[in-house]
Amino acid sequence: MNNMIVSVNPHIYAKDTTQTIMRDVLIALLPAVFASVLFFGVKALLVEAVCVAVAVLCEWAFQKICRKPDTITDLSAAVTGLLLALNLPVDIPLWQAVFGSFVAVILVKQLFGGIGQNFANPAITARIIMLVAFSGAMTTWAAPAFSDAVSSATPLAILGAGSTEGLPSLLQMFLGARGGSMGETSCLALLIGGIYLMVRKVISWHTPVAFIGTVLVLTALLGQQPLYQVMAGGLFIGAFFMATDYTTSPPTPAGKLIFGVGCGLITVLIRVWGNYPEGVSFSILLMNILNPYISGWTRTKPFGGVQA
Amino acid sequence: MNGKLHGIHAPHRKNTVDSAPTRLPVPPVITVPMSMNIGAPAKPVVKPGDVVKVGQMIAEAGGFMSAPIYSGVSGKVKRLDEIVSANGRFDTVIVIETDGEQTVWEGIAPPTVTDKDSFVEAVRQCGCVGLGGAGFPTSVKLNVDPDRVHAIIINGAECEPYITSDTRTMIDDAADVIYGAQLLQKYYTAERIVIGIEDNKPQCVKIMQEAGKDVPGFEVAALPALYPQGGEKVLIYNTTGQVVPEGKLPIDVGAIVINCTTLAVIAKYIRTGMPLVEKVVTVDGSAIAAPQNLIVPVGTPIQNILDHVGLKCEPKKVLYGGPMMGTSVPSLEAPIMKNTNAILAFDEKDAADPVPTSCIRCGRCVSHCPLRLMPAAIERAFDDKDPETLKALKVNLCMECGCCSYSCPARRPLVQVNKLAKAMLNKYNAEQKAAAEKKAAKEKEKEAV
Repeated sequence: MNNMIVSVNPHIYAKDTTQTIMRDVLIALLPAVFASVLFFGVKALLVEAVCVAVAVLCEWAFQKICRKPDTITDLSAAVTGLLLALNLPVDIPLWQAVFGSFVAVILVKQLFGGIGQNFANPAITARIIMLVAFSGAMTTWAAPAFSDAVSSATPLAILGAGSTEGLPSLLQMFLGARGGSMGETSCLALLIGGIYLMVRKVISWHTPVAFIGTVLVLTALLGQQPLYQVMAGGLFIGAFFMATDYTTSPPTPAGKLIFGVGCGLITVLIRVWGNYPEGVSFSILLMNILNPYISGWTRTKPFGGVQA
Repeated sequence: MNGKLHGIHAPHRKNTVDSAPTRLPVPPVITVPMSMNIGAPAKPVVKPGDVVKVGQMIAEAGGFMSAPIYSGVSGKVKRLDEIVSANGRFDTVIVIETDGEQTVWEGIAPPTVTDKDSFVEAVRQCGCVGLGGAGFPTSVKLNVDPDRVHAIIINGAECEPYITSDTRTMIDDAADVIYGAQLLQKYYTAERIVIGIEDNKPQCVKIMQEAGKDVPGFEVAALPALYPQGGEKVLIYNTTGQVVPEGKLPIDVGAIVINCTTLAVIAKYIRTGMPLVEKVVTVDGSAIAAPQNLIVPVGTPIQNILDHVGLKCEPKKVLYGGPMMGTSVPSLEAPIMKNTNAILAFDEKDAADPVPTSCIRCGRCVSHCPLRLMPAAIERAFDDKDPETLKALKVNLCMECGCCSYSCPARRPLVQVNKLAKAMLNKYNAEQKAAAEKKAAKEKEKEAV
């Protein structure tokens, strides 16, 4: 007998692993982290650190208790924690941030079977739960640095109130000097991260372009200041980082386009006619629920396949 | 309407492209397996003690879907034995003790080829099977009505990493490839004769263009180096635009696909009468000290080849063929077969099996599948033991090229699951068919009463 390995083909593999993909997402979020500190101070870094640490700790503890293989090294829990933090106001009480991370990792991710099994995006769902549970703290916005505006209301709230007074300039909007969740305000930082992910082939253009494009076109048709609408709220972070979540969005280009258009449509409906000023989170959650159906409708057509 | 086919940018690692094949010193013993083709194994026509020479038949075709086998050495038949082949099945082998003389059999003479039928017979006598790796008896493939053939596609893609044996055929035996192409053209009157070559082999493109410039209808198609260009359906689509439908053969869309080395072997047989007895084999991989191309008799044990080229370390995994579709061998006693075009030996690091983690539904398996299947969905249906869904997902079309497993960041064993899922679907289809037949028989009985 010898000790040679016999296995099924292939015998070589691409370099990417779940860990390198998640590491790329973390790298892509660094500009947004930088912007959050720039506009909202060092406290932003503290919230981010707490969310990431709690998310990773929750995953580790859950798997220890359930005697499941440890997956914290795949970095997906860290991504969830950081995404959640970037979707929170900088002045969020830390215990609420801890609660949010717990909800994201334990309730939304691990209880459904862990990575790849959750039906909804953990960070988005946790944010929505926090928005309902802590509506005061979740809608109290600190005034950003480099802004003349004394008002700390978000641009969407200002637009929703039907005024343009205190509205930041388009350049301020793009750079991020406006009220909002600490990681969502800088479109520039998020765009850099999004482009990085596309260059690294972690995400494709379909979902973000369909999402942002739909919001642009619909708000223009409805006479809603489309450029402000596109850069305001959580659209960029949602379109590049949350709606592109592998597990909760369709795998095919056609599916991604439908998913993105659906997200854009629901976002505009909520922004224009809903009670909430912002609808990106809700739109992604609702489309997450539709994802299995969209994935089913948009299956690929096998090459040379004959319909039975 | 069908768009471009996907694939992967596999590493090329064509380290041996400039290594002109040299002859391996005659091994003391060769072990020639009877199952070297798809279909029936060959039947030995020699018995222990018989003296054989190079080019002498040692086994005859075991049926229509089979091919004869010739000795690549001169020597004496030691015994007929049974081995476990790399696919796990028992196989009869003829063990020949060589005399080192390499005396050529006196019966070697070019066959008389006058028409299509005598051409097909010559291909059959030459012992040729699909040398690209498939091992399909070539004479069966060529036994078609010439009026149905519109395009002859020569496969010079050699899309697997490492392997350069087809490359060397195009460089060293260009005249035989062209002669073979002319023969095919003569007996099948196809309008087009195309050789598909990946554009990472510009020297082959140039050589074939030059060699075939006086052959009417002959063209060279430089294909993008996107694995798997050499897959039959992929090659047909990328050279003719034709889609081979499920359950059909290339000839149903007017195409014959033949590997360039297979064609050169046929041409050489018709020119000289020497059948398929030896192969050019690329020897490479992280455990190999000096990667190179070697000419070896069919039946040469892998051990002799590794001893000759030298090892850097103990090989932990040894493959027949390339790293994408190659088969790992259980033992170094395993012999070179007709369709072996490479022996790759890997060190411990490269041989280690990856550890699978949970599917993250990234969709890379879907976006890289050349046949547009959905491996992740197939895996879920297989785990659910759901053959109806496997049928709808067309797992039966899978050619096991390995693109899905290669690109999977969670290292899911998708090719393995596809193989198992195909078996599950076949069993289910057979059961359905049997149940339907039973029902029909019962109804007939009732009617009779």
